[in-house]
Amino acid sequence: MTKTSSVMGPPPPALTTTTEPPAVRRALILGAVAFVALFLVMPLAVVLAEAFRRGVGAYFDAITEPYTLAAVGLTLTAAAIAVPLNVIFGLTAAWAIAKFEFAGKSLLITLIDLPFSVSPVIAGLIYVLMFGAQGWVGPWLIEHDFRIIFALPGIVLATVFVTFPFVARELIPLMQDQGTDEEEAATLLGASGWQTFFRVTLPNVKWALLYGVLLCNARAMGEFGAVAVVSGHIRGVTNTMPLHIEILYNEYKFAASFAVASLLALLALVTLVAKILLEWRYGDELAGVHRMPRGGKA
Amino acid sequence: MLALRRPSVLPGFGPTLGFALLYLSLIVLIPLAALFFRSADLGFDGFLRVVSTPRALAAFRLTFGAALFAALVNAFFGLLLAWVLTRYRFPGRRIIDGLVDLPFALPTAVAGIALATLYAPNGWLGSLLDKVGIKVAYTPAGVFVALVFISLPFVVRTIQPVLQDLEPELEEASASLGANRWQTWRFVVFPVLLPALLTGFALAFARALGEYGSVIFIAGNLPGRSEIVPLLIFIQLEQYQYAAAAAIATVMLLASFVLLLLINLLQRWASKRHGE
Repeated sequence: MTKTSSVMGPPPPALTTTTEPPAVRRALILGAVAFVALFLVMPLAVVLAEAFRRGVGAYFDAITEPYTLAAVGLTLTAAAIAVPLNVIFGLTAAWAIAKFEFAGKSLLITLIDLPFSVSPVIAGLIYVLMFGAQGWVGPWLIEHDFRIIFALPGIVLATVFVTFPFVARELIPLMQDQGTDEEEAATLLGASGWQTFFRVTLPNVKWALLYGVLLCNARAMGEFGAVAVVSGHIRGVTNTMPLHIEILYNEYKFAASFAVASLLALLALVTLVAKILLEWRYGDELAGVHRMPRGGKA
Repeated sequence: MLALRRPSVLPGFGPTLGFALLYLSLIVLIPLAALFFRSADLGFDGFLRVVSTPRALAAFRLTFGAALFAALVNAFFGLLLAWVLTRYRFPGRRIIDGLVDLPFALPTAVAGIALATLYAPNGWLGSLLDKVGIKVAYTPAGVFVALVFISLPFVVRTIQPVLQDLEPELEEASASLGANRWQTWRFVVFPVLLPALLTGFALAFARALGEYGSVIFIAGNLPGRSEIVPLLIFIQLEQYQYAAAAAIATVMLLASFVLLLLINLLQRWASKRHGE
């Protein structure tokens, strides 16, 4: 994508030998645009149309209702814990993987990607099997009056799992490309490990880190399946925004449901725009990121 | 450990690798192992019985079938979109390029209620389709529509970089040797794109298999008819059938692992092709 933007400008003169006849071109463009309109634009438009169906007043009533505000608060809290945890993991894993050579490295990279190929429902299920009333450590937790399932810790765990690879996935290929020369120079000149990290490594990867955090955060705030399994849907207590959307929808409060959904749709659009701006402005510093596709939702 | 790594002047190998492995084990590996052990409680016969009930088999058929169809549709339209976005210049191209990532960014619950409303009998598209006798919402077709939406970006995003790096000289040589445009496309361009196309297809299929949020609103969720496997797992769990939920989840997880392996092999093939 970064490359497309850099080669923008006047279209190259059409050679009939290396491009299609104009009629074919127009038909292909039309087909692609129709597919995008049908599958991407219409769902987005319907969110906004339904959210404001009952007017602006009803919209603001819906998003300032106490249960909605509690859901927003819980979603922000869960993301505020899960995202930094995955940032710390991403940075440490990338440091170990990109700056050192050791046996089993490619297996480790594969394992880091694993959560992308696990269904969100299974992501929730595994924590219920661990910490639920019938789980491995569930009875011990109940004895000590500490709840994980149907409480905030479970929601955070499920969120951490589904967003696990995002930051590491952005940092590892970039830091591998950058090599170890600069860090070695800093170390030989007498810098401590932390100084090397904060003054050399971190500035080199800051945009890729931000990119990873953006994607990680969007997924963390929007996660539905995994959180639905561990939350228990206690309104005002363990109900995140996506779960609140489901409850309102199932109660036929469509306008309110879409009003809350519009907030998450807005988050998605802001994330997309920020992502495009980052790719456009700092494409080179995100290098390696778009070379290979990732195995999951970004 | 020292013998297994190349010496380096940089500090911090032990602590960072140690922390990464600990975190990976606690969050991912041990809980996933718990799933396998729990389904092993059933014994082999019990396991087979649970995953081969008529309800489970219907859910497997629907999930794998709809995911396969959705991935096929996206292989075709993904190739078309990637081609149009990299090769042609037209107004709105940048916006469409950005929109392709929407299914990655839009929470699945939001996509789910939007698609259900759109394709409901009184919705914008549902009412049109209703006139010609097609029902999408609350039928297996609804599952397919939701899966097309969520797996849309994969093929586009895997093919785009390959198309951008494709040297025009190849096509010029083909044309100057007398091939017409279709022959050039079919015998020169397409073989280069094939590994990426298959990778994108496999990624889309893998993602669609596990999808839950966007499907359950539009599917209708009738057991044996429009109930997907992730929902069946959820329902078993809500009825405290932990071992049954774990057994069905184990089947899905094994399918994911096989796909993951396949995707890794495809990517290796793709990067080898790409590098030549």
